[in-house]
Amino acid sequence: MSEKAGLIYKTTREIRGPLLVVEDVKGAAYNELVEIKLSDGTEMIGNVLDTFSDRAIVQVFGRTEGLELGVSVRFTGELIQIPLSDDLIGRVFDGSLRPLDHMPDPLGAERREIFGSVINPAAREPPSEFIQTGVSTIDGMNSLVRGQKLPFFSEAGLSHNIAAAQVARQATVLGKEEDFAVVFCAMGIKHEEYEFFRREFEKTGALERCVMVLNLADDPIIERIVAPRIAQTIAEYLAFDLEMHILTILTDMTNYGEALRSISVAKEEVPTRKGYPGYLYTDLATIYERAGKVKGRKGSVTLMPILTMPGGDITHPIPDLSGYITEGQLIFDRDLSFRGIYPPVNVLPSLSRLMKDGIGSGKTREDHSEVSNQLYMSYAEGVKARGLVRIIGEVGLSERERKYLHFAEEFENRFVNQGVYENRNLERTLGIAWDLLSLLPEDDLIRVREEYTKKYHPNYVKS
Amino acid sequence: MSSTQGRIKRINGSLVVAEGLSDAKIGDVIHIGSLKLIGEVVRIAGKDVSIQCYEDTSGIRPGEPIFTTELPLVAELGPGLMGGIFDGLEFSETEIWNLVGPFMKRGVKVNPLNRKKKWDFTPKVKKGDKVIGGDIIGSVQETSVIEHRILIPPTIGGKIFDIKKGDYTITDNIATVQMSNGKKKDITMMQVWPVRIPRPYKSRIPSTEPLITGQRVVDSFFPIAKGGAAAIPGGFGTGKTVTLHQLAKWSEAQIIIYIGCGERGNEMADVVTHFPTLKDPRTGKQLIERSIFIANVSNLPVSAREASIYMGVTMGEYFRDQGYDVAIMADSTSRWAEALRDISGRLEEIPAERGYPAYLAERIAEFYERGGTVITLGSKQRVGSITIMGAVSPPGGDFSEPVTSISLRFVGTLWALDTNLAFRRHFPAINWLMSFSRYTDLLVDYWSKFDPDWLKFRDRALALLEEASKIEETARIIGEKALPDEQRLVLLISEMIREGFLVQNAYHEVDAFCEAEKQAKILRLFIEFYEMINPLIKAGVPIDKIREFSSIVEIMRLKERKGLEWIDKAKEKAESEVDELAKQYEILS
Ligand SMILES: Nc1ncnc2c1ncn2[C@@H]1O[C@H](COP(=O)(O)OP(=O)(O)OP(=O)(O)O)[C@@H](O)[C@H]1O
Ligand SMILES: [Mg+2]
Repeated sequence: MSEKAGLIYKTTREIRGPLLVVEDVKGAAYNELVEIKLSDGTEMIGNVLDTFSDRAIVQVFGRTEGLELGVSVRFTGELIQIPLSDDLIGRVFDGSLRPLDHMPDPLGAERREIFGSVINPAAREPPSEFIQTGVSTIDGMNSLVRGQKLPFFSEAGLSHNIAAAQVARQATVLGKEEDFAVVFCAMGIKHEEYEFFRREFEKTGALERCVMVLNLADDPIIERIVAPRIAQTIAEYLAFDLEMHILTILTDMTNYGEALRSISVAKEEVPTRKGYPGYLYTDLATIYERAGKVKGRKGSVTLMPILTMPGGDITHPIPDLSGYITEGQLIFDRDLSFRGIYPPVNVLPSLSRLMKDGIGSGKTREDHSEVSNQLYMSYAEGVKARGLVRIIGEVGLSERERKYLHFAEEFENRFVNQGVYENRNLERTLGIAWDLLSLLPEDDLIRVREEYTKKYHPNYVKS
Repeated sequence: MSSTQGRIKRINGSLVVAEGLSDAKIGDVIHIGSLKLIGEVVRIAGKDVSIQCYEDTSGIRPGEPIFTTELPLVAELGPGLMGGIFDGLEFSETEIWNLVGPFMKRGVKVNPLNRKKKWDFTPKVKKGDKVIGGDIIGSVQETSVIEHRILIPPTIGGKIFDIKKGDYTITDNIATVQMSNGKKKDITMMQVWPVRIPRPYKSRIPSTEPLITGQRVVDSFFPIAKGGAAAIPGGFGTGKTVTLHQLAKWSEAQIIIYIGCGERGNEMADVVTHFPTLKDPRTGKQLIERSIFIANVSNLPVSAREASIYMGVTMGEYFRDQGYDVAIMADSTSRWAEALRDISGRLEEIPAERGYPAYLAERIAEFYERGGTVITLGSKQRVGSITIMGAVSPPGGDFSEPVTSISLRFVGTLWALDTNLAFRRHFPAINWLMSFSRYTDLLVDYWSKFDPDWLKFRDRALALLEEASKIEETARIIGEKALPDEQRLVLLISEMIREGFLVQNAYHEVDAFCEAEKQAKILRLFIEFYEMINPLIKAGVPIDKIREFSSIVEIMRLKERKGLEWIDKAKEKAESEVDELAKQYEILS
């Protein structure tokens, strides 16, 4: 760090986890950027969490090992900002935007605060452009639209990364060739997982259209607080200033939540559930809600956060509060995965709330929504029958139940299951859906109007 | 010495502590720092005044000045509210967008109501008339459906000294009242009212009319009365928002106030974009003409959520006082409660359950109490009502948590959303075993217009559904096949009621709204169908034969058909199928 403005203090009185209590500070600004220098020359950043007339509490976004009372703390007088330009595309940074690719520090005429400002709800454009991902469980039953936030709720060891890479690789808006980029933010994931993404992106040339912000498993935990905000600030800039279409991947949000919890514990705040602070919902919202579209601007930020549910528990605060903010969720299921189904998406608890605005006649196909509804209903029926089999055996099933059981198996094998490199277009996805529905009595297809049955049901379609 | 100016001592998130404001009172609106951020006094301890700031405090420093406006947080009330989209402090978000672009900026202040627009005011009283607080002295046609009635403010009374017809802005004098003490008071179309204080009324009266919503499970099974209160709790994705949107669109209220409190930006964008394209099935007019939106989304500062609820209710009371039936939707009251928790935690108050302050129940009660049917102030016996519907978002979908369990104590209707129903796309996912309505008995009169036996059929249907869920428990253990046919018939009928009645697709052009008469007729048909079939089953006809009836699908599809004639047709079809089967099995009817 060269000559910079701001006062330097060496008056740290207390270190509590990632928090420093710095005395004799006159009027530090709330949320002000702070630079911390250790005696061995290591530099870190932090910000002000609580400020008094004569002292300030600073949270440090770096390693807490080696912190000592004698550290020098510089109050910069600014909020945390990052430089922005299109040169960021193709670059790799750490969680505080320091280059990891042996290239120079990022430059940019435009500087913005990473905590960002809120999109005025009146100025939001409701997302409505269907993104074809080539994955049947998404396109057919949980369609993604531009500007949506659709997370993967998964468990450790399942194929969520492979699926995320597949979506990033295959996602297209039908009939459009537009400026597209991926912002990838890692929080506490393993090197091996990161390497996987890098290789996948490299293979398809996507790496040149990608900005990477990396905080890996052995990087400082508290840096996870800033990393996703840096990523979203870049995404917003590329989308709403440079009019690009951005897909942001944030992985793993559970690690983010844990970082937030450790600060809260250090601050001795009253916890709510499982030690997480009461503001977890609002805090997550300030990251997730930066996705979307803005009226009068061309670009979009589509957000795909990935999180692993501790113990597969969907009621755990991180998936639970994420679900309350995002516009749906795709649930990865251990059971399906064991049975060799890829992607192991359990459609029943999965949901895309914005699907309705992106599909239907003129957008995808007129029968799309009703077919999807019918699949949900029939599959739920089949899963119910499967539960019965466990208790009374298949012989105890009625004719009807047996049909549904068969339907459920076929649905998983033919609709849910697909290849990692299989890119199914929507016609194909809906085609499989109708083939499956034709296994059931036609009168049972109550969620689809007769008109569509007559038009798309294999019994009526002349081959 | 008193002072209206002080200095900041501490900033911790939305909590700002200042000293030197010796005149401050709890609830006073404060301007904070050089940006003049807005806040409200929440605690006074010696020289220290704690302020809840409604905007992001980043960059503000101890030592910066602070001013009290010496006024509480108020709502501006008057023509110009309809169709508006406001934040929790009543700033028009459309105006802010025009002013600073699509991203919010701090410290921006705009007048809630347009000061320049002229409205055509028509007096309804004349010089010399006696008026008291609450009397209507004239009106403005604000939209084609809403006549905005201009009221004498509650504290004013006397004789009309002057009143003029013509085009006026909301701050122009439209009338002068000579008070009994001889003083003259000018009246403008705009009034202000402190949001935390309920507007006065003459008396409360019991609610006796249903608020028809066009949603079958609501109207027919768990109705809400005009002036009633309902809670709709459910885990994420179970349909709270869509249901409230449906109620905002289709319910019979004259005025809708939709409060998006700590929820998604895209949802608010969706409502404000789509409402203008929707027509009221009763008036044929655009729904936007009777609706007001408050959009305090989740990533706006949490403290402003707290105010947004009161802002919405105050607007509601103002229209109630004009004699309207108002419906307020609050999505989600849990986010509002979290705002209470947040500021309480920063004030280091002793938490009760799950970190919520001990006064949570009191605040929730106060909120729901601002609903109700009343006789308004004024010399005429005018009746107005506020119906409140609050979404509740229990963590982990667990209804025993504080906000849900407290809310249930203060509402007359519960629409309990069920995650399992949502998983199978049974929407609205209102669980018929867990939900309740305390208003059902009041509503028999209304329904008997369409069907004198309405209550009987409704109770019968509910009983069948209950019976079916018990039978299902057994079926889960021994399989449906092993059940006696009489029980399997109950399962069939309940499946028909579920699919053909309870499930209602919000996005289907016909199904989205179902008029009361159609509801009553279809409901009756299900029971009649059951009663037609039951003797056949008793006589030994196998249930599988019944399942083959094509009338079953027809009955289940009635909801999607426009017009009532289909209902009779389906019934005839069922009758003839029953007759045929009876003949085949040589059963005499
Ligand atoms: N009546 C309905 N008709 C059709 N679909 C519905 C209906 N109600 C809910 N849904 C479906 O369920 C989804 C979730 O509903 P909604 O957004 O209302 O949930 P919510 O309870 O408000 O969740 P959250 O607490 O996360 O906000 C909708 O996006 C829609 O797909
Ligand atoms: Mg909702």
